[in-house]
Amino acid sequence: MPTSRITARFDKVKAENRAALVAYLMAGDPDLETSYACMCALRDKGADIIEIGAPFSDPMADGPAIQRAGLRALARHTTLIDVLGLAARFRETDQETPLILMGYANPVHSLGYAAFAEAAHAAGIDGTILVDLPPEEDAELRAEYAKHDISVIRLATPTTHEARMAKVADGASGFIYFVAVTGVTGAGSADPKAIAGNVDMVRRVSGLPVCVGFGVKNGTQAAEMAKIAEGVVVGSAFVEHAQSAHESGDFAAAPRGMGALAGELSVAIASVAKL
Amino acid sequence: MDLRNTWDKWPDANGRFGEFGGRYVAETLMPLILDLEKEYRAAKLDPAFKAQMDDMWAHYVGRPSPLYFAERLTAHFGGAKIYFKRDELNHTGAHKINNCLGQVLLAMRMGKTRIIAETGAGQHGVATATMCARFGLKCVVFMGEMDVERQKPNVFRMRLLGAEIVPVSSGTGTLKDAMNEALRDWVTNVDDTFYCIGTAAGPHPYPEMVRDFQSVIGTEARAQMLEREGRLPDAVMACIGGGSNAIGLFHPFINDEGVRLIGVEAAGHGIETGEHAAALNGGRPGILHGNRTYLLQTDDGQILDAHSISAGLDYPGIGPEHAFLRDTGRAEYLSCTDDEALAAFQLCTRLEGIIPALEPAHAIARLGDVVAGMDKDGLLIMNLCGRGDKDVFSVAKALGVDM
Repeated sequence: MPTSRITARFDKVKAENRAALVAYLMAGDPDLETSYACMCALRDKGADIIEIGAPFSDPMADGPAIQRAGLRALARHTTLIDVLGLAARFRETDQETPLILMGYANPVHSLGYAAFAEAAHAAGIDGTILVDLPPEEDAELRAEYAKHDISVIRLATPTTHEARMAKVADGASGFIYFVAVTGVTGAGSADPKAIAGNVDMVRRVSGLPVCVGFGVKNGTQAAEMAKIAEGVVVGSAFVEHAQSAHESGDFAAAPRGMGALAGELSVAIASVAKL
Repeated sequence: MDLRNTWDKWPDANGRFGEFGGRYVAETLMPLILDLEKEYRAAKLDPAFKAQMDDMWAHYVGRPSPLYFAERLTAHFGGAKIYFKRDELNHTGAHKINNCLGQVLLAMRMGKTRIIAETGAGQHGVATATMCARFGLKCVVFMGEMDVERQKPNVFRMRLLGAEIVPVSSGTGTLKDAMNEALRDWVTNVDDTFYCIGTAAGPHPYPEMVRDFQSVIGTEARAQMLEREGRLPDAVMACIGGGSNAIGLFHPFINDEGVRLIGVEAAGHGIETGEHAAALNGGRPGILHGNRTYLLQTDDGQILDAHSISAGLDYPGIGPEHAFLRDTGRAEYLSCTDDEALAAFQLCTRLEGIIPALEPAHAIARLGDVVAGMDKDGLLIMNLCGRGDKDVFSVAKALGVDM
């Protein structure tokens, strides 16, 4: 049962008295084979949940690092079906690590919500985060996901006040992704003290684990965020390793670099005991 | 559902025109657009807001614009009588200012101090920068790197008006990327910033709000035609990029079932070549920039670059209300290639002594076919939505003239 993979994973990290490390990479960057190696390296070095980015031509919520990653993946003609293929390959040998597909609505809409839900389920996807599909617009997709037990993972932000949060929480499952800063991915980092109250409110209203992301780049920042949330999301910092690999032509450097960063982050997060 | 005489009831409470429109934005922006909708509803009912708009329209923009009988073009085509709605005579040379005036007044009402906008050819950027200069607001205009290079005179105009121009190199460096960058700015500066969208697209309430501000075009034209000819026109016609000038002309006629609504899209090098900007005639429904509408896209749902000789039509989407009017059959949508628009540009200049912008030249190019199918005593209004001064360099280049 896919949703239970997410639940089981949060139960596990809770039992270990720590926060989860949620790692993001862009599928097809620098190529699909390397993405697969990166996913394995991330998992092996301590990533608890993997977010697989599906490239889109117009990523209006992303900063330069993830924009470029998407363009590199598209330059290699990475399609949504390819992204699902990558997930399916990972699932062949890993039945436990939750896989979240993260992207934008149009490629999913283009494939058709019913067809996508079926294919995503078959590929072992546990949930999706579609940035430009807010609660007001995802009823049709949610109905299809319900048939396959796929989670709709919603975003909350510093502009999400408590009354709005009830709407965001309604129909959400898995976890809530709290965007720590008003801004794009990879932008400036948030002060954990400034957002701790928001995170508490999100957890209280939704009853779900809260993962905090945007602007977390190193172990020190991750450890600080781990004090206030059930999970810490790191994206742009991982994607930078794919960019270096693309630029040098040494693709094997991508899983090495991502693995090393995952190791640093997971140790830092584990050093902070949850209260 | 019988839609007759209820065409003006859209959008619904969810910002939908049938199955088009909506609010497809990141969560950071949701509270902002919900707030904008609330403020816009209040402003719409406030007589003081309307009085301020009317005053600026009359004394600053130069409204009402004339309704002009294009006698020689009518004789040339030998069909129905052609009238031009002269929105190219507005301050800043196009219909864009109608909308910028409304949005900037709304922004001030909301206490916003920083206005951002996207622009392709620079007309919406110039109109926004103009209103910001007039009211002393900070203005930041996002413009594709390629367009900054191609539209140097407008870039200079905007700078003269005090706007900051941000060249956008991300993606493919065109209008859609400028819009992406404006959205990125907006999610970053949520407190003081108002996003002034240039066309009747984007998340609800923009398509409705921009339509309402532009509807001054059709409201005036309808009254002017009744006064001139004693009856409604048989057809109204306009070019379409995002579709703001067209919806502004169409909407006040929308419940007049006898009035044909005709839009003309840019077919670029020809729809069959794939290099065009005809989202309705050559695209399919998808989700971009906050709304569900017709888009130029690949089989995998990636957005394609549009192409048109007219930078103002060079956008891969279209306002959601046009998507709705097309699917319900209330409006008809034709298309016109770059070459046809160039020929029409010259024809109108020679016969009427009016140099049109390349955008309305697309509508002029289809006039012959449309009036030929109408009675000789039929009446047609075409919106001449912009003047061609900005285009003389690109037209000279296309005609192989060295200036």
